[in-house]
Amino acid sequence: MKRRVVITGLGTVNPLGNSVRDSWGALCAGRSGIGPITKFDAADFQTRIAGELKNFDPLQFVNKKEHRRYDDFIIYALAAAEMALADAGLSIGNETAERTGVIIGSGIGGLITIEREKEAILRGGPRKISPFTIPGILANMAAGHVSIRFGAKGPINCTVTACAAGTNAIGEAFWMIQRGYADAMIAGGVEAAVCPMCVAGFNAMRAISVRNDRPEAASRPFDRDRDGFVIGEGCGLLILEEQSHALKRGARIYAELAGFGLSSDAFHMAAPPPGHEGAARSMRLALQDAGMAPEEIDYINAHGTSTPLNDLYETQAIKAVFGPHSRNVMVSSTKSMTGHLLGGAGGLEAIVCVKAIHEGVVPPTINLDHPDAECDLDYVPHQSRKRDVRAALSNTFGFGGVNAVLLFIKFAG
Amino acid sequence: MSIEDKVVEIIVEQLDVTKEECVPEASFIDDLGADSLDIVELIMALEENFSIEINDDELRKIRTIQDSINFIKKKKGLLS
Repeated sequence: MKRRVVITGLGTVNPLGNSVRDSWGALCAGRSGIGPITKFDAADFQTRIAGELKNFDPLQFVNKKEHRRYDDFIIYALAAAEMALADAGLSIGNETAERTGVIIGSGIGGLITIEREKEAILRGGPRKISPFTIPGILANMAAGHVSIRFGAKGPINCTVTACAAGTNAIGEAFWMIQRGYADAMIAGGVEAAVCPMCVAGFNAMRAISVRNDRPEAASRPFDRDRDGFVIGEGCGLLILEEQSHALKRGARIYAELAGFGLSSDAFHMAAPPPGHEGAARSMRLALQDAGMAPEEIDYINAHGTSTPLNDLYETQAIKAVFGPHSRNVMVSSTKSMTGHLLGGAGGLEAIVCVKAIHEGVVPPTINLDHPDAECDLDYVPHQSRKRDVRAALSNTFGFGGVNAVLLFIKFAG
Repeated sequence: MSIEDKVVEIIVEQLDVTKEECVPEASFIDDLGADSLDIVELIMALEENFSIEINDDELRKIRTIQDSINFIKKKKGLLS
């Protein structure tokens, strides 16, 4: 019999809020976190909007010295981890340290550090580069610093699977606990890439929205007028625990993580194939892993990026898997509000699924003013909906053909 | 500002320590909590501020605040 895995803590910083409470309030109210780019002068860029953190005070989580040295993605992860552990009431002591691990995914790692230090070399020569450059860039440093700060000495890893990185991290943490390598895991994803190279790079691919005059309407998944995704930044981390470990310490259990599906397209570096068979397969694999039928799923948090291809093909994949039930299942893309956190998306959207189950509320897809004729599912447009959610899927797909899907269920004991 | 005061100001900023901790005999590693990377960064800041260069052999000899002050003075021709 498999060891069961439950979710006992949540922590996030994202464009909608610097806590789960604020973020959830904004999600349910259908607010947009997208605005003009303030982190650098984007005047010459095709895209001048993004989902940035607001009023985030890094000095609440790191001291001045750390603030200067750590890339933002590390600081966001430290902030989310501190909140998630506090939310779970989990302290990592001598007896539990080696059984507690960390897996935090990131699509890119310290891109802002790469940009800054490359400039230092160009300006002053190779001796002007900071000794904190390499440890600021490495994508696994979010997990590394979280393990150091909180004393987690168990399994550690960093998944670097583009926009699926956070989901891969949670899926792998799930496996770790199931297979007995750990009793508790801090897992999720992070990204801090609102910077010139990221914006210009995605612009060059024609992948991001250029709706600069109406930032809050730029991310419009499944809408006929969608013109690409909106880059977001932030972190979402969850505390995963083996069920009896959580019950023994009287922890509040938000939901159970019951399945993980992972597949590859083997098709193209960035584009999904028509019909997105790989995405459909990863949804089926998650269902199979949990031993559940499609009809038992009430909510799908879609990858829903607001790119022309993703939203159409994801819709087709959902129809392929869910058949007639695809008319009933609620599907929403919270990226319509948060923007696309890239490697952080899977972490934040897992939190959304867990909260939807725990609170009985499904957050909406905003900006869905004119649904694409071929996108005809129930995307929970405009307004959140109070509904009992027994089981939810979190879809995330990444460049390189990664399709990662988590399946959460209401915890029934 | 004297060289001494400027050095202390830089150390306070770089190592996130108080001015009071920055007594001349304070060791960067043992007293001010710096690690080897902190020291490299600190030396870079001193190089920048005093327009000097400090090579790795010299860097290894700088252990205390007074060492760094003496070193800068020597480079500036203020100390034999």
